Amino acid sequence: MSDKTMSAEEAVSRLESGMTLGIGGWGSRRKPMALVRALLRSEVTDLTVVSYGGPDVGMLAAAGRIRRLVAAFATLDSIPLEPHYRAARERGTLELTEVDEAMFLWGLRAAAHRLPFLPVRAGLGSDVMRVNPGLRTVTSPYEDGETFVAMPALRLDAALVHVNRADRLGNGQYLGPDPYFDDLFCEAADTAYVSCERVVDTAELTKEAPPQSLLIKRHTVTGVVEAPNGAHFTSCAPDYGRDEAFQKRYATTPWAQFSARYLAGDEQAYRSAVGEDS
Amino acid sequence: MSGTTRAEYCVIACAEAWRGGGEILASPMGVIPSAGARLARLTFSPDLLLTDGEALIVRPDGTTEGWLPYRQHLELVTGGRRHVMMGASQIDRYGNQNISCVGDWAKPVRQLLGVRGAPVNTLNNPTSYWIPRHSRRVFVAKVDMVCGVGYDRAAGARYHRIPRVVSDLGVFDFATPDRSMRLASLHPGVSVEQVREATGFDLAVADEVPYTREPTAAELRLIREVIDPDGARAREVPA
Repeated sequence: MSDKTMSAEEAVSRLESGMTLGIGGWGSRRKPMALVRALLRSEVTDLTVVSYGGPDVGMLAAAGRIRRLVAAFATLDSIPLEPHYRAARERGTLELTEVDEAMFLWGLRAAAHRLPFLPVRAGLGSDVMRVNPGLRTVTSPYEDGETFVAMPALRLDAALVHVNRADRLGNGQYLGPDPYFDDLFCEAADTAYVSCERVVDTAELTKEAPPQSLLIKRHTVTGVVEAPNGAHFTSCAPDYGRDEAFQKRYATTPWAQFSARYLAGDEQAYRSAVGEDS
Repeated sequence: MSGTTRAEYCVIACAEAWRGGGEILASPMGVIPSAGARLARLTFSPDLLLTDGEALIVRPDGTTEGWLPYRQHLELVTGGRRHVMMGASQIDRYGNQNISCVGDWAKPVRQLLGVRGAPVNTLNNPTSYWIPRHSRRVFVAKVDMVCGVGYDRAAGARYHRIPRVVSDLGVFDFATPDRSMRLASLHPGVSVEQVREATGFDLAVADEVPYTREPTAAELRLIREVIDPDGARAREVPA
């Protein structure tokens, strides 16, 4: 069995401009920020990003890497509105496929199930239909005859997710209260890169946590990246909470200044800069 | 106890949304709806399920009694056993709600949260709204982006229902022949004229509008001593 460990740079080197990229987590929670930072250091651009959006979306939008965003929202949770996402939208520079949260989930599930679409009772009557003129409906072939939205599969070229632990083979474990949709992102993608707080031996995974915490299965994983504090400044329960002070700095510092201070160097330089300023 | 504050009438008005709901999930968004849901659970709707706002179902004292991560929460919505009280940046006379953006969607004047789960909520489980500052900016003739679906756009969808809208001025419902918004009750101290002045569309108003009911002494004690001893409610709706 193959060792899938690699560096964040190596994972990002396998991504290409123009790809459709799914990013796990939710809002400002358990986002694969070390991978996003590595992506920002690369030349990869023109991305279609599929995300329950948080600062991953804000940073990539601010850096001009997103051609199209597929999302139901973008938020920093404790700061309700994502400032850089807002700015990009208000400039009119971000193409958006705005869908409902459940439609998004059904789209991931359709992709994971290799279906072209799944019917969902959501979207009809709302302006989601107006702003997505490509969306089609489907009528139940049974007696009820109800009409549903046919949510197209959100098939991804690659997925980036962050979990608490993983082994070298790609078995990923979450220890917090919510799995979000990270396993589905991996299943919906052709390739998936899982960063984790700590790489451990396989036997270590179930020593102190039950087997149902093993969220991500290795057959859906391409690369494993050990990235301690890799979700910073988003939360990664129970290893750490959100760095609220730093998040506030992110939200209030002009992007060019923030980017120059924290994103110009590598991940080690990022950690040093965060440490110096806290 | 001293006189009931406006925020406390709002808590009562929100709590009433969950009366008779049975064994369903109460999903409140905002300080006052959260206080209302807990009040309902502690008094007249003891079967309600409450969330901690994240992945857990909890009893009013915080004891965990269930697991409800986002993925299961979305499934629960489609099963219908939930009554959510959402916020609204804009709402119109048929209950269409917007939390996505202000202005042209293609290049908004103000980008807000996004549609979130409003489309799926409104087609699957009862959806009420909470608006802490009733104004013409919120109660508009036409919302810029329909997120939550109103009565005129639901086409009689089988599970669509908007039981009530609660604001800092009163309670509103859609119990009119054309399912347009009606003033159901005024919070004590508020006049019909004040509500009309703050509403950007023609509101149905009966000749006699009742006042939002008074809390009982026991309810007031629960609100003040058990549910919100720090007075967060007054920061959402000042007296």
